[in-house]
Amino acid sequence: MMELIVGHYNYWIAIFLMMVGFYTVISRGNLVKKIIGLNIFQVSVFLLYISMSTVTGGAAPIITEGVALYSNPLPHVLILTAIVVGVATTALGLALVVRIKESYGTIEEDEIHERDHSL
Amino acid sequence: MIQAHLSLLLVVIPLAAAPVVAILPRGRLPWAVALIVTSVCAVLAGMQLWAVVHDGVISYELGGWAPPWGIEYRIDAVNAFIALVIAGIAAITMPYALLSAEKEIPEHQIPLFYSAFLLCFTGLLGITQTGDIFNVFVFLEISSLSSYALISLGRKRQALTSAYQYLIMGTLGATFFLIGVGLIYSQTGTLNMADLTARIPEVLALKTIHTGFAFILIGIALKLALFPLHLWLPNAYTYAPTVITVFLAATATKVAVYIMIRILFSVFPDGFVTATPTGDLFIILGLAGIIIASVYATYQVDVKRLLAYSSVAQIGYIALGIGFASASGLTASLIHVFNHALMKGALFMAVGSIIYRIGACRMDNIQGLGRQMPWTFAAIVVGSLSLIGVPGTAGFISKWYLVLAALNQQAWIAVVIILIGSLLAVVYMGKVIEALYFKPATEKNLSVKEAPMLLLAPTWVLVVANIYFGLNTELTVGIAGQAVQVLGVVAK
Repeated sequence: MMELIVGHYNYWIAIFLMMVGFYTVISRGNLVKKIIGLNIFQVSVFLLYISMSTVTGGAAPIITEGVALYSNPLPHVLILTAIVVGVATTALGLALVVRIKESYGTIEEDEIHERDHSL
Repeated sequence: MIQAHLSLLLVVIPLAAAPVVAILPRGRLPWAVALIVTSVCAVLAGMQLWAVVHDGVISYELGGWAPPWGIEYRIDAVNAFIALVIAGIAAITMPYALLSAEKEIPEHQIPLFYSAFLLCFTGLLGITQTGDIFNVFVFLEISSLSSYALISLGRKRQALTSAYQYLIMGTLGATFFLIGVGLIYSQTGTLNMADLTARIPEVLALKTIHTGFAFILIGIALKLALFPLHLWLPNAYTYAPTVITVFLAATATKVAVYIMIRILFSVFPDGFVTATPTGDLFIILGLAGIIIASVYATYQVDVKRLLAYSSVAQIGYIALGIGFASASGLTASLIHVFNHALMKGALFMAVGSIIYRIGACRMDNIQGLGRQMPWTFAAIVVGSLSLIGVPGTAGFISKWYLVLAALNQQAWIAVVIILIGSLLAVVYMGKVIEALYFKPATEKNLSVKEAPMLLLAPTWVLVVANIYFGLNTELTVGIAGQAVQVLGVVAK
């Protein structure tokens, strides 16, 4: 039991962050908070990838004399791409929030809903 | 030279053209470049399909790095077929885009509009071309991000909120897909899909693989707008600029269908879908989608939204074919991917022509327009017949194969529900036709003229295609059959 919790601590952290992010996206009505939640959700996946690439006893994946065992560098590279995608998503999302604020005067979901239906 | 790099050119040409179009001066030049790019891509996609059908699978090593280390573009009959559907629809949409976009997009945003369109096109084509599962994620995000931007360009302010809603749900979907890919990578150590096919059977019993599979399934189902994950779709299609609705309705969900089929039947071994509850899940959700989305469609007052709900129902048919997990079921799904692109393309274009003339498409706005716009009205009638599945139209062919697949499995309930879905299509398309033709024209509508030639011509290309592929099934059924053989699904 202890082994399940301590030995997989990186997974527990990823799952915790994932749920925090996911819950924020679902439960918050504020559009900026939703994007923050989305970011936490994405970062948890990045951490999952990076922690998975560690090889026990492996060195950082930079060729050094006298080192035979390296961690897997591929997930790092993949996540660099995913981070770029995440930044682009955040930027686009925030740009949309700015435009929504300009045309509705609010960034609260229920108020936006109200204003669409009161017309 | 072109032949050898065909697969890469299909992605590189629109990708390279996108920033060029963005810096072009306002006016019609950006449109002209986009038109040339999409037409060239359609021709290349046709050449690619021809090459694949005659010479077999194309494997293109990006940058000369041998797979599985480098990224491989691997083209067989399945993705060559889907790539042709996308490039073909884009090339037909472009002539339509000129007038429609001038009317709906502010002038200073036109170059950026076409630039984002080309990026979206790149992403969709890229998904079909690549043989690397992480690359799929990257292209998925390229196409999604540009389509969020394109949807937000709609004239009403609801376009912004629907783009935002789509952004949240789309990103959740893509991230789910990313988790799944990571979990599978952790057990197999490869991202190349052909390589995964070879390695997954060894580790198939592991829980990690099953979890990864579930994550990927949910992620793509969101992109696919599979009922009940379709909530983003009706708003996005209703408020997006018409051209974008036409293009996305005909292509975006189709690409998601392709990647779903690729992962279910090609990456995972044959029989996995039926051994796990996946197949049943698709059948149940497909059937529920057909009924519920069709019922929703019957009481919509906005014609675009009505067609959007109908799209969710049509995705139900496609999901049903996937759920049967048999050769005939998949053939039906692939045929319906093609035919649905034709009918929804034609219908959204015809509705777009009405919007072009009167600026709206609510039931009470369009009364009596059928007599003022006879060609547009005729296009809607043929499109509706195809959607219903009347013999002689493309829609009949897909329904026919789907019913055959259902009969093969002795799924009587499915047969009944497919037919009820068709009846509901009669009801909701009947409402549109009633408003257009049988209601007396309002005073304002009496002076409305027929849509310009540049809007009618592309609409009628798709309408004629609907009839042609309803009569001549050699091409669609032949290629879909070959595609299913490639996937190696055992005939049932």
